Amino acid sequence: MTLRAGITVLAQGRSLLPGAALTLLFAGAAVLSLLWTPYDITELDIANKIQSPSAAHPLGTDHFGRDILSMIMVGARTSIAVALVAVGIGMGLGVPLGLAAAARKGSLLDEVIMRGNDLVFAFPSLLIAIMITAVFGASAVNAIIAIGIFNIPVFARLTRSGALSLWTRDYVLAARVAGKNAARISVEHILPNVTNLLIVQGTIQFSLGILAEAGLSYVGLGAQPPIPSWGRMLADSQTMISLAPHMAIFPGMAILLTVLGLNLMGDGLRDLLDPRLRRTGR
Amino acid sequence: MKQKMIKTGLASALALVAGMGAAQAQSDLVIGMQLEPPHLDPTSAAAGAIDQVTYSNIFEGLTRFGPDGSVNAGLAESWDISDDGLVYTFHLHDGVSFHDGSALDAGDVKFSLDRARGEDSTNAQKGLFAGIEAVEVVEPLTVKITLAQPDGNFLFNLAWGDAVIVAAESIEDIKTNPVGTGAFEFSDWVQGDRIEITRNEDYWGTPAKLESATFKFISDPTAAFAAMMAEDIDAFSGFPAPENLPQFDADPRFKVLVGSTEGETILSTNNAQPPFDNVKVREAMAHAIDRQAIIDGAMFGYGTPIGTHFAPHHPDYVDLTDQSAYDPDLARSLLSEAGYGDGFSTTLKLPPPSYARRGGEIIAAQLREVGIETEITNLEWPQWLEQVFRGKDFGLTVISHTEPLDIGIYANPDYYFQYDNPEFQELMDDLQVESDPQARSEMLKKAQRIIAGDYVNGFLFQLPALGVAKTGVQGLWKNSPTQAIDLTGVSWAE
Repeated sequence: MTLRAGITVLAQGRSLLPGAALTLLFAGAAVLSLLWTPYDITELDIANKIQSPSAAHPLGTDHFGRDILSMIMVGARTSIAVALVAVGIGMGLGVPLGLAAAARKGSLLDEVIMRGNDLVFAFPSLLIAIMITAVFGASAVNAIIAIGIFNIPVFARLTRSGALSLWTRDYVLAARVAGKNAARISVEHILPNVTNLLIVQGTIQFSLGILAEAGLSYVGLGAQPPIPSWGRMLADSQTMISLAPHMAIFPGMAILLTVLGLNLMGDGLRDLLDPRLRRTGR
Repeated sequence: MKQKMIKTGLASALALVAGMGAAQAQSDLVIGMQLEPPHLDPTSAAAGAIDQVTYSNIFEGLTRFGPDGSVNAGLAESWDISDDGLVYTFHLHDGVSFHDGSALDAGDVKFSLDRARGEDSTNAQKGLFAGIEAVEVVEPLTVKITLAQPDGNFLFNLAWGDAVIVAAESIEDIKTNPVGTGAFEFSDWVQGDRIEITRNEDYWGTPAKLESATFKFISDPTAAFAAMMAEDIDAFSGFPAPENLPQFDADPRFKVLVGSTEGETILSTNNAQPPFDNVKVREAMAHAIDRQAIIDGAMFGYGTPIGTHFAPHHPDYVDLTDQSAYDPDLARSLLSEAGYGDGFSTTLKLPPPSYARRGGEIIAAQLREVGIETEITNLEWPQWLEQVFRGKDFGLTVISHTEPLDIGIYANPDYYFQYDNPEFQELMDDLQVESDPQARSEMLKKAQRIIAGDYVNGFLFQLPALGVAKTGVQGLWKNSPTQAIDLTGVSWAE
């Protein structure tokens, strides 16, 4: 009995653990890069350019002789910072909008908020991000804003739909009878109960943010040199791919593994936090 | 049985395709280039891509550049120069006609030159014609040009792509349908993709060996590499990714052409903007820059270091690279002397070519070593022209000046790097009227020393002409004495 329960728990956690491990690995690398990297990436070493992986440079060097491992560590910082702030913008604006829309369901406010969200949703996000950075200049800050804007409707819709079902609950009714106003109910009773949803969606949006940052940097609209970015590392390696495949493989792997880790973690968290999807066991 | 039939069918189809390929290969050439011209009038814009497509192929001037940069006879078969050097009488070739059938005469020459030097002319090199006082038609095939002052460079000036002869009849549509006298005539332009030209069967000179040629625009270095490797294109002029050249070199299907261009690649410095108005700061930057590292890192070793704004292959070149040798310690002490011991920060705006983008990153790292922080902004060409070239809103930029013998730009205080030195301007004025070769040579050497001594810009390297072609392609220019992809002498090996 206990053995079977243990297996069930493991089976349920099968995506959470590896996902969290991968995510922690890159988050750890990003934090570590604040204190230490194997090499200083601001110093170029042209004489040692395009070296294959070796003991001195475990992941090789790029076309300026920079250590790719160090670049990936610092690049993780860029990716995580951009994605984190972008998700923050999305949550910070999207959640209050969603709560407000749910509290005044069917009102003009609800219509305005939700149709506004539909409008933003109607545009391909990366295309608009390219437009924003093209107009306001290419920089990490503009990339953050561009990606952040497209997180707003995601969180607004999610919050609204989650909140709508909660508004019919008895305890909300009780709160209303007790004389609490809609704003207070939203903050005290609704928000805590949609947090699970938000955490799961936040993880997914976080991974999308990393992909978007890499995409923008790849076309030269993200973080500007000398700030390293995985996307630009890929772009730099493009013409050298037959000459030095390691220059493309390692940043590509970094993007792949981080996004994979975040998605697995998101799945795992959903299984863990969302009671409706939790399996009851065999 | 069925399989066998299919095989035979396949084989014959393949043979057919191969046969067609071989037959086409004899007379057709697809040549890749990175930038698409904005239009096709070389006499009204600076874009080098216009000249690359049209120079000598479609349009011709009174004189023309040879592959080695020498000035040869063009539409003028001969000329007489008066003893005082003021009057040039050009005798035009007989029987030259434009692609629309109209005959070339002295009136067309007068029209072209008057149009180029006119008040409302948009010619990018109006300076070439500044010395002309009058253009007169003497006889149908004789034209007389009177100069205000003797100009030792006049025949050279007339060989530029900006000085080609156009006809009044076809000037209206010249930007989309250029009508010239060249060995090829324009046939089609698919915007964003290619321009096609076909052989002018009525050409007055040696006819082109190719029946037709296509200029294909591939801006992305990776795509250029792939197109070349897939043999979709037969040659690429100005190959954008020097790191790929060793691979072409090792491949028996291709040959690599490494020549030199007139492109002085410089760290262009806004001389009017503090702290760059201080010569000590500019000198410090010159010593902070390691040219060899830039050539190795950005150009994969292709490129000749320069110490002044002059092409190393020119006979009057003075090697002044030692004057700005790499010495970061000296750079730091010079910065302290100038009052910038703690360094300063500035902007570094980079246009798209890889020499600029990569070179810029390397320079930023080298300047950081001596305490100068740069904020890099990568710009597309229109933005670069707008902000840097016209707006003069920049601290530093990396750019290659590809016009031949263009040291005269330093005499223009309004030019985007805003170098203002009366001594140099006077020297250029004197050079303009000097026709004695010995004296001219001395003056050019002096001019190089002045700008090197003032550390006007960071002088980096001479841009190499990097071309790739299929082994069978013959007659492509190896060097680029002017912005041209002259296909008139190109052919396939038998």
